Amino acid sequence: MSDLNKLGLAEARDLLRKGETTSVELTESCLKAIDAAGALNAFVTKTPEIALDRAKAADARIAAGDAPAMCGLPIGVKDVFCTKGVTSQAASGILEGFKPEYESTVTQQLQDAGAVMLGKLNMDEFAMGSSNENSTYGAAISPWKRAGDDTNLTPGGSSGGSAAAVAADLCLAATGTDTGGSIRQPAAFTGTVGIKPTYGRCSRWGVVSYASSLDQAGPMTKSVRDAAIMLEAMCGHDAKDSTSADLAVPNFEAMLTGDIKGKKIGIPKEYRLDGMPEDIAKLWDDGTAMLKAAGAEIVDISLPHTKYALPAYYVIAPAEASSNLARYDGVRYGQRATLSAGDGITEMYEKTRAAGFGAEVQRRIMVGTYVLSAGFYDAYYNRARRVRSLIKKDFEDAFAAGIDAILAPTTPSAAFGLGEMKDADPVKMYLNDVFTVTLNLAGLPGVAVPTGVDAQGLPLGLQLIGKPWEEGDLLNTAYALEQAAGFVAKPQKWW
Amino acid sequence: MSIDQSTAAKVAKLARIKVEEDALPALAEEFNNILGFIEQLNEVDVDGVEPMTSVTPQRLKRRVDEVTDGNQQEKVLANAPDAREGFFAVPKVVE
Repeated sequence: MSDLNKLGLAEARDLLRKGETTSVELTESCLKAIDAAGALNAFVTKTPEIALDRAKAADARIAAGDAPAMCGLPIGVKDVFCTKGVTSQAASGILEGFKPEYESTVTQQLQDAGAVMLGKLNMDEFAMGSSNENSTYGAAISPWKRAGDDTNLTPGGSSGGSAAAVAADLCLAATGTDTGGSIRQPAAFTGTVGIKPTYGRCSRWGVVSYASSLDQAGPMTKSVRDAAIMLEAMCGHDAKDSTSADLAVPNFEAMLTGDIKGKKIGIPKEYRLDGMPEDIAKLWDDGTAMLKAAGAEIVDISLPHTKYALPAYYVIAPAEASSNLARYDGVRYGQRATLSAGDGITEMYEKTRAAGFGAEVQRRIMVGTYVLSAGFYDAYYNRARRVRSLIKKDFEDAFAAGIDAILAPTTPSAAFGLGEMKDADPVKMYLNDVFTVTLNLAGLPGVAVPTGVDAQGLPLGLQLIGKPWEEGDLLNTAYALEQAAGFVAKPQKWW
Repeated sequence: MSIDQSTAAKVAKLARIKVEEDALPALAEEFNNILGFIEQLNEVDVDGVEPMTSVTPQRLKRRVDEVTDGNQQEKVLANAPDAREGFFAVPKVVE
């Protein structure tokens, strides 16, 4: 069988169970695709030996009739997850060469479910960015191009390598993490599916921290069904993460009926920004019509504090980052800068952190340091946390009024060209997260589904926002939207 | 609130990030852009609003205070840039 790497998780799983292919064949097909895709700079560490060992073990389990949910399915892992004995540096120079002595809970669960790790995926440094350009490995490049234009485009960020790898069929699926939109924005830019579950669904243990009250892991896949399969494997209570929810994980895939009759879908007026590109406005209207045609009731709603989500995020996330990233001191792991004669411990910290962190990470650490510093804590940090309560209440009010899910665009535009935002003010880049960041602040689940292309042939995605802990129902609505949209576009291979 | 070069230098010092003197004006300008963006939060009436602490009301779990791990000195030191005789090594701290 050729092109096994082009399969999704569900299709590959079914073929494996029927004995029509093997995990070794699937894995070799992906490894070959990865080797041929160096131009995308998606995989930054390849682990073919580990992959083939796990594939052989998976084939033995399948033959023995003992195949867990993801048995034998080859996936990529974002560099932010600690993987035992395999370089894990969150795309930062300061963690160059870091090989954890332990495995993150999420990747351990995937491994226990039989998944095969192909390697580590590119990202923005410490997951801070929306274009994957803030990476010590250099930018990941989208497999997509604008029609008749050779410009290299961003796969989005921070999970840019994950999105590029899934869209280019280098793996069947990949892990991502989402602090302000880092799963959903790259999914939208690459025509893939990505879900950020409710805060607390996936353990954060062993995931390099950015902003602890916002960070959540989730799957990036080729279909909603695949997202349901992989999310279930990633979720679950973990005593090692005190914010991990002690709730049963339902069988998400079994909830995909496609029946959304009578569901109330909210359309938030505040998301219709001034100057919204026509393509995005039309995509949203079309998606609304699709859900209506599938039997859902469409309700106009208001989320009045939406415009304050981004500024609140840019207080809270840098504040938490400045605290989390204080651990990179050049003492316990990672790199230490070369010191001059007479340098003391303060010079060691300062030189190490100046040399090891990229510009955006330094900027956010310092903004966070400022907003937490004496005299400003109440004015900035506590105010932002209060605004966060109001943003969460907006959603609670909508759900209390009977809304089952909310439909909005995922991003304010299609993917932009690499380097196009280079000279822009950092705040302009932050606007990429305008539709996604509200959910992180409220802790809600959100899924990006590709539903169309723009005038230049680039994929665009819509976002569905669900109630806390109701990822199953949310994925079912996403499934109905996916069925109605029938998005099948794939990038033309140029790499 | 406008940040001048000396404030930028102070923040860099607090964050333990070395910033060269000639990079301070640009840094101060970036801070001002970002803080200008954040200033919008002042428009919101937050009187009587509690800061958000968790998604669903939940108490942090308690656990038994007992030793569950340990004796991993080699693993703990495995990634250290400078480890000697079972310790992390750093430049002289005390004169």
